[in-house]
Amino acid sequence: MFGNLSRNDWLLFAGFSIAVLTAPVILQPLGAAYPAILEKFCIFGIFALGFNILFGLTGYLSFGHAAFIGVGSYAAVWMFKLLTMNVLPAIIFGMVMAGFFAVVIGYVSLRRSGIYFSILTLAFAQMCYNTAYSVLTPLTNGETGLQLTLRDPRIVDAMFITPGSGLPRASLFGLDISGGGFAGFYFCAVALIVCFFLSMRIFRSPFGMMLRAIKSNQHRMRYTGFNTRPYLLSAFVISGVYAGLAGSLMAATDPLAGAERMQWTASGEVVLMTILGGVGTLVGPVLGAVVIKYFENIFSSFSERTLHGVLGFLPDGIENAVVEVLSLFVGDGWNLTLGAVFMLIVIFLPGGIMEGIRRIMGMFGKGGRGDRPAVANQAQAAE
Amino acid sequence: MSKFVVSRRVLLKAGALSGVALAAPRHFIRDAYADDMSCNIPTGDTVTLGFNVPQTGPYADEGMDELRAYQLAIKHLNGEGDGGMLPTFSSKALKGNGVLGKKVAYVSGDTQTKSDAARDSAKRMIEKDGAIMITGGSSSGVAVAVQSLCQDMGVIFMSGLTHSNDTTGKDKKRYGFRHFFNAYMSGVALGPVLGEAYGKDRVAYHLTADYTWGWTQEESIKNATEALGWKTAAAVRTPLGAGDFSQYITPVLNSGADVLILNHYGKDMINSLTQAVQFGMRDKQVNGKQFEIVVPLFSELMAQGAGSAIKGIYGTANWDWKLDNPGTKAFTQSFGKEYGFPPSQAAQTCYVQALLYADACERAGTFYAPEVIKALEGFDFDGLGNGPTNYRAEDHQCFKDVLVVQGKEEPKDKYDLLEVKKIVPAKDVTYDPSMFGGELGPADAKTC
Repeated sequence: MFGNLSRNDWLLFAGFSIAVLTAPVILQPLGAAYPAILEKFCIFGIFALGFNILFGLTGYLSFGHAAFIGVGSYAAVWMFKLLTMNVLPAIIFGMVMAGFFAVVIGYVSLRRSGIYFSILTLAFAQMCYNTAYSVLTPLTNGETGLQLTLRDPRIVDAMFITPGSGLPRASLFGLDISGGGFAGFYFCAVALIVCFFLSMRIFRSPFGMMLRAIKSNQHRMRYTGFNTRPYLLSAFVISGVYAGLAGSLMAATDPLAGAERMQWTASGEVVLMTILGGVGTLVGPVLGAVVIKYFENIFSSFSERTLHGVLGFLPDGIENAVVEVLSLFVGDGWNLTLGAVFMLIVIFLPGGIMEGIRRIMGMFGKGGRGDRPAVANQAQAAE
Repeated sequence: MSKFVVSRRVLLKAGALSGVALAAPRHFIRDAYADDMSCNIPTGDTVTLGFNVPQTGPYADEGMDELRAYQLAIKHLNGEGDGGMLPTFSSKALKGNGVLGKKVAYVSGDTQTKSDAARDSAKRMIEKDGAIMITGGSSSGVAVAVQSLCQDMGVIFMSGLTHSNDTTGKDKKRYGFRHFFNAYMSGVALGPVLGEAYGKDRVAYHLTADYTWGWTQEESIKNATEALGWKTAAAVRTPLGAGDFSQYITPVLNSGADVLILNHYGKDMINSLTQAVQFGMRDKQVNGKQFEIVVPLFSELMAQGAGSAIKGIYGTANWDWKLDNPGTKAFTQSFGKEYGFPPSQAAQTCYVQALLYADACERAGTFYAPEVIKALEGFDFDGLGNGPTNYRAEDHQCFKDVLVVQGKEEPKDKYDLLEVKKIVPAKDVTYDPSMFGGELGPADAKTC
């Protein structure tokens, strides 16, 4: 099974795993070493990895992937409410449900390609969002979000343990996953590493080759006698299941599911993550997810006070002027900064952060060729 | 492709490396051996409070005013400024030297009026910034979501502006406390006034914000008006932050209803009310009666946004800066001096919540959460602008007078928009704590 992975791939995998597992140490200087945000990094990393299997390999740009996150979350929370607080059934059910939705949505949407495909997926996602928000309120609790209550049956748990007086936490055989603490992060980290490995396997497999062939010229592929649709549908479902896993992990680390997770902005966010990191590269989407979530959570919490603290060494007049200008870009202006960064990257590094890394490595002579580009060419929409 | 061959040496190296990797983060798991530790008990010379308010989205105006009030409260707690309501507060435990001798600091976050974002920013403040208490919020959906998070983390949540019955009803939590009034109280207070003004024979049409607050307010107002003898033509749910309400307003005119009840708040209410007035609804005669609009939950900020559309419209409020009592005067003066305009009811409730928490810590003599909860439960106080108030132990809801207000016909300036028509005493709006169900849950301390 591991035959087609080269030594470089194994090195990349080992490096990636070590980086993920030591994230609480590495990210300490950046102020992003607390469990909640590390969990977010992993979860959105998984989401972006899955999205990249579809967008990076086949070039089909789905604008509705957030729907699968939402489905995964709702499914997982229902498992917590009905069966048990153990995270495994919740995650499995979340992935199955997301996979089911992906089959249905993919079957219809993949009849078209290019912009029509994007619009179809967007329409499906908005449909999911709106039904979750209003029509399906008994199932989703609308805007308030689906939450655990003390009166939930939790059939399996009730058979084996006497419930405590408060709400139980999501756990993995006694290990608390929700409620803060690093156990939740390590659980997500292991999931991310497994997902990364699977994604690498797909990239290096004949199946991955087929998907890339679809991206470069689908017509030619058809003429040579391949039916492309099964390949596309499998890629779509795989990335949907990745998103379902991300959604159920969200619910596992914080047992609440809200409809806003399915909004089109959330679907757009994963596109940004993938492009920012590098479409079609292995590590890129995870990096993109980390950068965007870092901006959203940390950058948005900087206030003028923080800036004054950092720039305290400047003379007062200059300090105030600089703070005045910079404060536009931090706090609730984090979107502005992210937009600027995104623009710069798209203009100067069309291959995303990964291209930047590769160029830097290239400067250090032949030894540092960087990791092998998974797809040499850049993003292009399917025709 | 080259085959992957593992030599003994490489395997040993890899094993050692991953061992180090796995062991390193242990260093960050805080030890939790002391008995009287709850989440984030301060060890240095400062204590950090977390202000979680909407800075973007439909309730952003309220959120910014809440943040101003919190900053003012911090000043007063640390003994800066004129002390605000500290001198009028009936409890004299706070001395203006911080809380339990520690200087008060704060961190803030943006809830975006979304449950997910609010929980993310609350988690950041608890896990990263070491906030010992979370307060704020301008939406019941967010309050309910953050409250359950705080219960799970063992951090006290002093909710800001949340008016849904669920916050201290079916979703009440041991670690959650609400000073603001609720939809049930609005209904009980507003009902008789509406009956007097508009008669007993009316048909109401509800437009309701589609989340926990809207649902409970619709229910409470419906119960109160139907008790008067009114009929309800329809109750239509509208999405939060809809912006354009014309598609919901047009059917009202053909429904045979002669009163429109807007269960909206913030920018939603400004938009829906302005559009309803622009459609000429208030000049219409239906069933031989003048068409009327009612906004059950009113605030100064919304009145400013809606401009002349609010003239003559009835609603209820938690507090108004024009009230005649020492606490209100001291707070309005102090807030006005700081920011140049009078505070909104959102600002008042948040200021009071911050003070109440600090005072409870002083009285309990510790930051240990279960003791602070005990100090807050059943606490009777006065001098914070609302008259004598009780923090009911059974559901952590404050009971105090409720104001019925009406939009002024001829305001003196842009802050003088609401007129207090009636002050409904606390005993009239008190209800049985078991009415809405729900359980508070345990108070046992958690170490985060």
